[in-house]
Amino acid sequence: MAILEVKNLTKDFGGLRAVDNVTFRVEQGEIFGLIGPNGSGKTTIFNCINNYYPVTSGNVIFKGKDITGWKTHKVCHLGIGRTFQVVKPLSRMTVLDNVTASAFCRSGTIREAQSEARKMLDFCSLLDQKDKLAKSLPVGGRKRLEIARALATKPELILLDETAAGLNPSELTGAINLIKKIREKGITVLIVEHIMKVIMTISDRIHAINFGQTIAEGTPSEVANNPGVIKAYLGEAYAQGERY
Amino acid sequence: MKKNILYALAGIIFLGFPLVVRSDYYQHLLILALLWVIIGSAWNLLAGYTGQVSFGHAMFFGIGAYTAGILAAKFQVSAWWGMLFGGFLAMLIGLFVGWVCFRLRGPYFALATLAGGEIFRLIATNWESLTEGMVGILIIQSFRSKLPYYYIVLALAFLCVYVIHVVMKSKWGYYFVSIREDQDAAESMGINTALYKNISLLISSFFTGMAGAFYMNYMAFIDPHVVFSLHYISIMAILVGIVGGVATITGPAVGAFIMVGLQETFRSAFFGLAPRWTSQAHALVFGLLVIFVILFLSNGIVGDWPKIKRNILRIGLSR
Repeated sequence: MAILEVKNLTKDFGGLRAVDNVTFRVEQGEIFGLIGPNGSGKTTIFNCINNYYPVTSGNVIFKGKDITGWKTHKVCHLGIGRTFQVVKPLSRMTVLDNVTASAFCRSGTIREAQSEARKMLDFCSLLDQKDKLAKSLPVGGRKRLEIARALATKPELILLDETAAGLNPSELTGAINLIKKIREKGITVLIVEHIMKVIMTISDRIHAINFGQTIAEGTPSEVANNPGVIKAYLGEAYAQGERY
Repeated sequence: MKKNILYALAGIIFLGFPLVVRSDYYQHLLILALLWVIIGSAWNLLAGYTGQVSFGHAMFFGIGAYTAGILAAKFQVSAWWGMLFGGFLAMLIGLFVGWVCFRLRGPYFALATLAGGEIFRLIATNWESLTEGMVGILIIQSFRSKLPYYYIVLALAFLCVYVIHVVMKSKWGYYFVSIREDQDAAESMGINTALYKNISLLISSFFTGMAGAFYMNYMAFIDPHVVFSLHYISIMAILVGIVGGVATITGPAVGAFIMVGLQETFRSAFFGLAPRWTSQAHALVFGLLVIFVILFLSNGIVGDWPKIKRNILRIGLSR
């Protein structure tokens, strides 16, 4: 069953059409990748899914329910968690408090929320830093904090927006493993990513967009060999098959 | 442990103060300071903890004051009922103000609340049939001695600080600070930011309104120029919060005593010891103090207390 359906999603910012009639389905339990050059509309699609931006037209259907236009916090309560591309740590709160605030989505008391928060911090390898202020974390820690916060809301679908950007090779392996662990928990993952090593190795299916429009969808190898994708990412020369 | 002893000591001092210090003048100063503990703490909840910096808290103060005043002057009801109704009316107005202003953020929210305060001042000035306009409202004081007033405002101040303390330790506290730190992240974490901003505003406006009603009862005279004043009320609340320490529980309380003390020191020209022109200097000194605090002690005196201790030690050691 498709856990998420995005149908004919269109988003305009005044005269600029950032997302143009994009449609895709995400099946429960899969890792679904969204790729495209910078500015192609990937993050805008995410923002439309949880109504951070209101959609211009089209529908977002989650577990069979049309959630287009639902308030962002209600979308979260329904079971969609998200991280932001430019991380948004709650800087002057501790790491533990960051995730506790998030855990209140599902927990009633402070004790429950904190215990849930600790579990998520442990899952994301941040437990030893729980009392540090969020602003003192380096970028790798901040990315994991974003994920821990989203996980604390016990989502069924998690939207990961470039969670591997800015990481060094060893941190990258850690990020890949974390995403795999998330899937093992039974959470469906919709991931936006540039780093080919990450998205090609872990995605079950990929949807490629450029200038807000779909250019390809399929398995990683199908998409990688698609001339439109090659042209968008690597330039015309590679698409024609020229070698350098 | 040390903190509890400090609080107990403070409690004893405050409870016993008017019995020991019999002077009307000093009792008045303490009452004013306690009034600012309430207004400053209430402002701090909305601005320091929830990040919605209001420049219009005079709105709520004035509404509380006029509720009490109008009840007494127009309806022949004791102005003390104003303490109850003033708080609730201020909350109601707060909801309306929130509905208008919370769609704005940061400096725009501040400007909108500033406008709100001024709008209410103008309404009170011009709606003479209700408020007596610039003539103001005069009532007869219930008590000759300042003692009852002192204990009432002390109780109110304690209640206000205690409620804010309890709220900040609860789930609401986490939510308020999350909204302050990053409203969009908070919304994506499942926090209904519109609801919680309004809850913070309700609590803040309630206590400010009650303070206003108390003021009517205590001073026995109000007019729009004073109780809806941008300068005397709204800005003073901000100064109290900033100097004492935004986003701390005891900060506004400390700030209240400092600011009232400073204000009185200058108004009285250092209690008569300095030349007369210094009585006009309090605005200048406030300005300089705020600049100093923002540059060096941005968490206020309470928030940056460790830093102050370190530097005092340093100055002492360098001899």
